[in-house]
Amino acid sequence: MAVTEVERRRGKLAALSIAAMVILVGVPLWWKTTQTYRAWLPVAQINELAKLQLQLSADVEVVFARGTATPEQQKKVPVTQTQDEDHAVDEDTTLRYRHETRYRTATVMEEDALKQPTAAEADLSLHRLSESPCGSLVIYVIPESSSLLPENVNVYIGQRRTALLRIGAQMKVGKTLKQLLAHLEPRVKQILQVMSFSHNDITAALSDRVRFSPDNKESIADSMRAFKSSPGYEITFSLLNPDPKSHRLHWDIEGAVQTYIQPLLTKLSPVANFSLDSQILYYAMLGVNPRYDSSRSAYILNADSLAHVINPVEARLGSNAASSNPVLNFLLYVPDAHHSPLYIHDHKKREVQTNAFHSPRWGGIMVYNVNGFYQTGTNFPVDVNINMAKVMGVFLAQLRLLLGVQSTAPPSSFQVAPCGSSGLADWELDRLMWSRSVENVATATTTITSLAQLLDQIGNIVINDNIAQQVSSAVTSLQLAVAELEVGNLGFALQYSKEAILASEKAFFDPSLLHLLYFPDDQKFAIYIPLFLPMCVPILLSLLKIVSEVRQRRREKQAKKD
Amino acid sequence: MLAILLTDSAGQFFSSGHTNNWAVLVCTSRFWFNYRHVANTLSVYRSVKRLGIPDSHIVLMLADDMACNHRNPKPATVFSHKNMELNVYGDDVEVDYRGYEVTVENFLRVLTGRLPPSTPRSKRLLSDDRSNILIYLTGHGGNGFLKFQDSEEISNVELADAFEQMWQKRRYNELLFIIDTCQGASMYERFYSPNLMALASSQVGEDSLSHQPDLAIGVHLMDRYTFYLLEFLEDIHPASKTNMNDLFKVCPKSQCVSTPGHRTDLFLRDPGSVLITDFFGSVRKIEITMETINLTDPIKQMEENSGNDVQTENNTYVDQLPVSEIIHQKPKQRDWHPPDGFILGLWTLILLVFFKTYGVKHLKHVF
Repeated sequence: MAVTEVERRRGKLAALSIAAMVILVGVPLWWKTTQTYRAWLPVAQINELAKLQLQLSADVEVVFARGTATPEQQKKVPVTQTQDEDHAVDEDTTLRYRHETRYRTATVMEEDALKQPTAAEADLSLHRLSESPCGSLVIYVIPESSSLLPENVNVYIGQRRTALLRIGAQMKVGKTLKQLLAHLEPRVKQILQVMSFSHNDITAALSDRVRFSPDNKESIADSMRAFKSSPGYEITFSLLNPDPKSHRLHWDIEGAVQTYIQPLLTKLSPVANFSLDSQILYYAMLGVNPRYDSSRSAYILNADSLAHVINPVEARLGSNAASSNPVLNFLLYVPDAHHSPLYIHDHKKREVQTNAFHSPRWGGIMVYNVNGFYQTGTNFPVDVNINMAKVMGVFLAQLRLLLGVQSTAPPSSFQVAPCGSSGLADWELDRLMWSRSVENVATATTTITSLAQLLDQIGNIVINDNIAQQVSSAVTSLQLAVAELEVGNLGFALQYSKEAILASEKAFFDPSLLHLLYFPDDQKFAIYIPLFLPMCVPILLSLLKIVSEVRQRRREKQAKKD
Repeated sequence: MLAILLTDSAGQFFSSGHTNNWAVLVCTSRFWFNYRHVANTLSVYRSVKRLGIPDSHIVLMLADDMACNHRNPKPATVFSHKNMELNVYGDDVEVDYRGYEVTVENFLRVLTGRLPPSTPRSKRLLSDDRSNILIYLTGHGGNGFLKFQDSEEISNVELADAFEQMWQKRRYNELLFIIDTCQGASMYERFYSPNLMALASSQVGEDSLSHQPDLAIGVHLMDRYTFYLLEFLEDIHPASKTNMNDLFKVCPKSQCVSTPGHRTDLFLRDPGSVLITDFFGSVRKIEITMETINLTDPIKQMEENSGNDVQTENNTYVDQLPVSEIIHQKPKQRDWHPPDGFILGLWTLILLVFFKTYGVKHLKHVF
């Protein structure tokens, strides 16, 4: 009997030690080997970024020319004022616009520059004196008696970052500096709405974060027309010649691009990279039959039929297979000899001056009539040299619209200088940079927060080290971009925002983040039960047996005592 | 000279809010007797192309090649009507994913955009937040899943998650999902992202039936739902104003035997105001260009630099077939897994210990 007692004890010890092994060693081993590798992500910082508080700062300098401020007012300048405007877009996004306005009097050289006969020349000589940094503005206040501006114009907006503002006579304005500044403030604000960032633009740029319907119909059309911010764009110029038997067309596209388009693209290089190509397509028809109008003896394309022109042509255009950048197509269509001349009519049946139309987020098409270059009866084919300046003028205007250089109409008393040979005024570039920086920051924050949410929700996705690194660098760049926007360094802010968006897109679209396996609970049980149940049942039962024996013995002891 | 833009064009933008259209058309079954699934997909492809969506905006995935299948008595054709009335294969079909490339993984990669950087443009879905996407799936399905290639399946939860990821990254404006399989309505049950509209050929518990066999080819040519869908689409032209309510009426129970279903609760607009061409066609928004920029500089003459100095570049060519690398390759390091018999060995050890301790006859002490 003693032997069995020893044996039983040995048996109990064995059962207990096996149970201990399984629980202490087996379970952690199983847990560790079935775990997915997830590198550490800065989740706390990402959650902070989810609540976006953007502050946009712009420096404005208001310069009083002679005759605008009385001597006692002049004694009190230079003076600096700061204006803040707060907007809460939704519960996660708040905006603050800060304008630091510095008032001072004009220097002697600036006075000389303002004595030029026309506003354009004054603008040029003022620019030669000093160059304003990116994002800032200078407003020169000129007296009512000045002859720089015509009668009905009170404000002239130059090609660079200066504006000329004409104010009323000193008697009307007021004696103290405070009154003068109070008189100027609404006018300055009006100028800032045109030349610097406006609330409409910024809220349109935030459309990735906030889906809402703006009040302004034009701004929704603007936001749908311009391409979204992308690190690069491809521009393709195509010449469509449906009738090579009649017209032999020559276009100096390389020279035209170099002279007219490249300056704009060089100026836009902080915003994005551009790659250009061109092609000539023969026997490419329009796909829409134009109507013959005998009163004008010309063929007419209605605005309604223009929408169906693009699709048949697009199939033949081709694109660069290597890059995934958005493509802007500019097509120059020369109508065949039997359908010349071809004019485009707008919705009100009026002839369109430019003979061109564009499609949002796609490109533009221009119809170029060549029947005026030769008389009827000449031997076909006729050599035609295309006037690239006229063509590029239209394409450049379309390019500006498609890239988001807004052309909302300024108030009526404003005169805006034409944009010059590079096709883009400096203040327009600043506006584009403001809205691009905000758009990049908004997109990058939504990408990072949704990535973090996704990785949190799905526990099975493996997070590699390179993804964690991209996420960390995106978070750092975002924080830097927001900081630079606060200070007002527009150039650096745009650069950091571009880095942030590149890193966040790379992390989000990494091919390794595909969650493919969805295990419903019953499948999980079906896999684990045949593995672990046969092993666990003997252990559990023997443990139960031990427990019941111990309890029985204790009961016996109790019974013995009594 | 700045002119004011025409503002009545803004009115067009409000109707749908999209500027471009994409289509992802997937046939998931292989083998000759599933001819009808390839014909289904190709007929939707044909309608979509006819209504204006270009090939660069269509991702066509066909799991098997029926036109050049060696059992096809009429090679290079895929017919959708019996008596060989309509050849939907044609001569300008561009298949982006073919054969074994059509897998659940590739399909989800196309939808979410998580493709390797070397993927060419034609295999990517490059949609943005103003794209309307049409997704058409056909094949064999069941309650909550769709079978790919006879070897794997995609579940409705995975599909719903993929759409949610597309929504998070703003990869679509509105999405129309059409599925023609057995018990197709189960696939759209789990959707939860906004702006999704779904149509299915049959409810849960019902089978989608095929339409008509062709005795010369020897297989069923089309499924009923897609057959009537194709008939409906043949009447649509790019300028037509037919709306989605008419699409919901396609193939009633009398013709289809199964009950087609649809789901519009996640869609923001009223289906009666949604045009068929918003998804199946590609009608562009147009604005007249009112401005032009006055350019006065003469064109710069390009310098002739090709004649002067001959640029010699040292061109190096990559080894086309790095034979030496392949021969001397070391086996790839894989993650360590415990050896296969480990678990079996573990059982055996434990059972042996028990039997040793208790002895076989004392097994009743254990149990």
